[in-house]
Amino acid sequence: MKSPIRLERRLEQPRWLNWAIPLISLLGALVVGGLVLLATGKNPLDVYWRILDRGFLSERSITGTLRTATPLAFTGLCAAAAFRLGVINIGGEGQLYVGAVGAALVGLWMGGSAPVGITIIVMVVAGMVFGAMYASIVGVLRSQFNTNEIITSLMLNYIAGIILNYLIFNSRSYWRDPRSVGFPSGKPLEERTHWPTYELFGFSVAFGFLLAIAAAVVLWVIYKRSRLGFEIGIIADSPRAARYVGIRTKWTIVAVTAMSGALAGIGGASQVGDFAHYLDAKGLQLNNFGYTGIVVAALARLNPLGAILVAVLLGGLTNAGYSLQGPDFPSGLVGTLQGLILFTAVAGEILTKYRLRSNRAGTKAVAA
Amino acid sequence: MTNSAVRMTGVVKRFPGVVANDGVNFEVLKGEVHALLGENGAGKSTLSNILTGLYRPDEGTIELNGSPVVFGSPKAALDAGIGMVHQHFRLVEPFTVAENVILGNPETPFVIDTGTTAERVAELARRYDMAVDPNAKIWQLSVGEQQRVEILKVLYRGAQVLILDEPTAVLTPIEAEALFRTLRAMTAEGRTVIFISHKLDEVMSVSDRITVLRGGRTVGTVNTRDTSTRELASMMVGRSVEFSRVVRQSPADPGNVVLSLTNVNCEDDRGRQALHEVTVTVGRGEIVGVAGVAGNGQRELAEVIAGMRSSTGGTITVSGNEVPNGRARAAIAGGVAHVPEDRLHTGLAAGHSVEDNMALKNYRTPLLSRFGLLKRNVITSQAGDLVSKYDVKTPDTATPVRLLSGGNVQKVLLAREFSTNPRVLIAASPTRGLDVGAIETVRGRLVEAADSGVGILLISEDLEEIMSLADRIVVMYEGRLVADIPASQATREQLGLLMGGAKMEVTR
Ligand SMILES: Nc1ncnc2c1ncn2[C@@H]1O[C@H](COP(=O)(O)OP(=O)(O)O)[C@@H](O)[C@H]1O
Ligand SMILES: [Mg+2]
Repeated sequence: MKSPIRLERRLEQPRWLNWAIPLISLLGALVVGGLVLLATGKNPLDVYWRILDRGFLSERSITGTLRTATPLAFTGLCAAAAFRLGVINIGGEGQLYVGAVGAALVGLWMGGSAPVGITIIVMVVAGMVFGAMYASIVGVLRSQFNTNEIITSLMLNYIAGIILNYLIFNSRSYWRDPRSVGFPSGKPLEERTHWPTYELFGFSVAFGFLLAIAAAVVLWVIYKRSRLGFEIGIIADSPRAARYVGIRTKWTIVAVTAMSGALAGIGGASQVGDFAHYLDAKGLQLNNFGYTGIVVAALARLNPLGAILVAVLLGGLTNAGYSLQGPDFPSGLVGTLQGLILFTAVAGEILTKYRLRSNRAGTKAVAA
Repeated sequence: MTNSAVRMTGVVKRFPGVVANDGVNFEVLKGEVHALLGENGAGKSTLSNILTGLYRPDEGTIELNGSPVVFGSPKAALDAGIGMVHQHFRLVEPFTVAENVILGNPETPFVIDTGTTAERVAELARRYDMAVDPNAKIWQLSVGEQQRVEILKVLYRGAQVLILDEPTAVLTPIEAEALFRTLRAMTAEGRTVIFISHKLDEVMSVSDRITVLRGGRTVGTVNTRDTSTRELASMMVGRSVEFSRVVRQSPADPGNVVLSLTNVNCEDDRGRQALHEVTVTVGRGEIVGVAGVAGNGQRELAEVIAGMRSSTGGTITVSGNEVPNGRARAAIAGGVAHVPEDRLHTGLAAGHSVEDNMALKNYRTPLLSRFGLLKRNVITSQAGDLVSKYDVKTPDTATPVRLLSGGNVQKVLLAREFSTNPRVLIAASPTRGLDVGAIETVRGRLVEAADSGVGILLISEDLEEIMSLADRIVVMYEGRLVADIPASQATREQLGLLMGGAKMEVTR
């Protein structure tokens, strides 16, 4: 019953593994995916070229990729921020909805009157505050009553979805377009509240995407350089050591969860300000941005700057998937390819913590 | 010797770096309560784990009722009639008492008739005078009741020999009395009980015979009727050997109080009172040793002074200033340094680098951070200085401390604590687990600190350490300070007695 290979925990994690392993995983995924494609009678090189082209090469495709990447970057940062502390906030989904509700509220309310710049800033802040408040429910429950944050944050996702629907289906809702007859939809925001788009290097970049990059840099500084980041690291490493030096663990849990929710909240605000320009209850719930953000954070190994990169990669992959789909290319195959890439990436993650050892070469194994 | 229940001869058990049992001879007669007495680390648990098949001895033989046996597993031992109640319970919390009792019993049928089982368990409990409701869920029970369930489990399996490993450690005195009655009822039926303890009074009151272990060897077996707590204490800790008191550069100044506790009370993690009206002072440059068997409130004492735990009464002052209750940062700022017994996970963050750990106490000071941002280059250079000053063997300051050897881990901790220029140092078992060279170094550092005026509270189970370093010795027993003796007048025998809970005139 003994397998010839075993996993052995690495004492040290060399730095080069951080980029080598993801790269090797990606190559592995491409090879396995290629076999699947061959088996279904497709030319793998051709398909891969199309993915590259539709996702990342043409100017139009990059614009689309960045658009999909924007919310994923925020939810990825949301997950990364909390996971660093060991708080498994999977509530990015709901926190994003609530952020969108907040941004739409102030956008609708200030729309006609206030100066453009101020309106946009207030929309961003509203998204942050709403997302933060919603997430801090999770933080407070965890720090005060030690409830399992995975469960509470998941439940709050469903509640946020229901609130979102209510705000559109309730006929007297402030967010609902009174003119929408038949199927109800959100009230459109004034054009002055639309967030700007910038033409950079020949493709258009949404304001929200630049915000995501800024947020990632801030988060990176917090974790690498700040006192708060230092304390978060100590709590995650050893709660007893944190108690020993008097770090306010409960306060930190609430603060970090709120920060995490604020990030998802800006993502929601950006959906309103950058793209939809109304509270799009259905569109927000269609894409599972929050859940995909968890994958983004995991693949980026909780590195904020990495999360931006991974969000762009996944965004491109998603868009390429849409355009590949067709009579000759079933959507199931697209899903299979995407799944393979995620799977090998996560599997590769194990190899940064463990290494493979032959059982025969080693000394006799000690019963664990 | 027909009435020998268990006989263990020449039992040797080695663990990496220690010989836990070093040729133990141990014989228990049928129908007796036989106490196994010894300090922590004497090898009591190891011996009983060998007897119950959890460990295999490296050498030596076991005879059960006169015939040699070899147990491959606890189940084999249980089938042969030897059952053990462990220090840590192994119960399924959401299940009822009756369900736990029949769990893992091969005779349990596939479909369980809960009614009959509960009745049989209740009947067994009555027979041995153990009050416990067979239909109650485990999580609803007190610790004492849970222990009864553990006992019922082995009785239900028909164990003739019961081993209880420090059963009273978790009990209130009244619960302990009830347990003793139960043990008596069992021996009256011809069962045999092996009772493990380090408490002298208990052993005297419950056992028929006593075997004392020290440092993995049998010191001897005595009839309880023919012995005294005094004799047991000296068997347990050893006759006073020659040891040298450390030479101090500058004498202690006990009149110049730097740390004072007045009537301090506090609770342990489970809400039981752990400290009872503790009053003690430490003077400038004075080393006060706190002797005692582990688990008598030492950890709580250290944590209360360090602000990691809130007191429920009394006051603590450092250099005359009262320290706010339960606030570690205030204690640190007030000049309290703390070397906790759990170095790697309390005193240090094991996954963090040497330099981060060196900064753990002063990262918030203007020296190391400004506007909420850390000055990483200063953190690195601070660590570099401390590493060379305290001779820490590490590849570089970015190495995680969990990769360092035990002695170097302790050096990192001491270096950091002394770098905060403390007035008071709480050192809990500062040399435990270290090799001889590291022990020398650590003790040297403590003495050096005392010479420079730091008041040190040295909490240790190692009597030799306390007697050679301390100026004054207090003894903790069940959360109380039961003695306060100048080190020059203390004897091992006397300390051993006090640590075992023997009542004694307090010498002031
Ligand atoms: N599983 C183990 N691995 C390594 N060392 C052990 C193990 N169990 C016990 N020891 C060591 O053996 C010695 C005796 O321990 P133990 O039998 O638990 O003593 P007691 O129960 O009398 O306090 C101690 O030094 C302890 O550290
Ligand atoms: Mg033990």
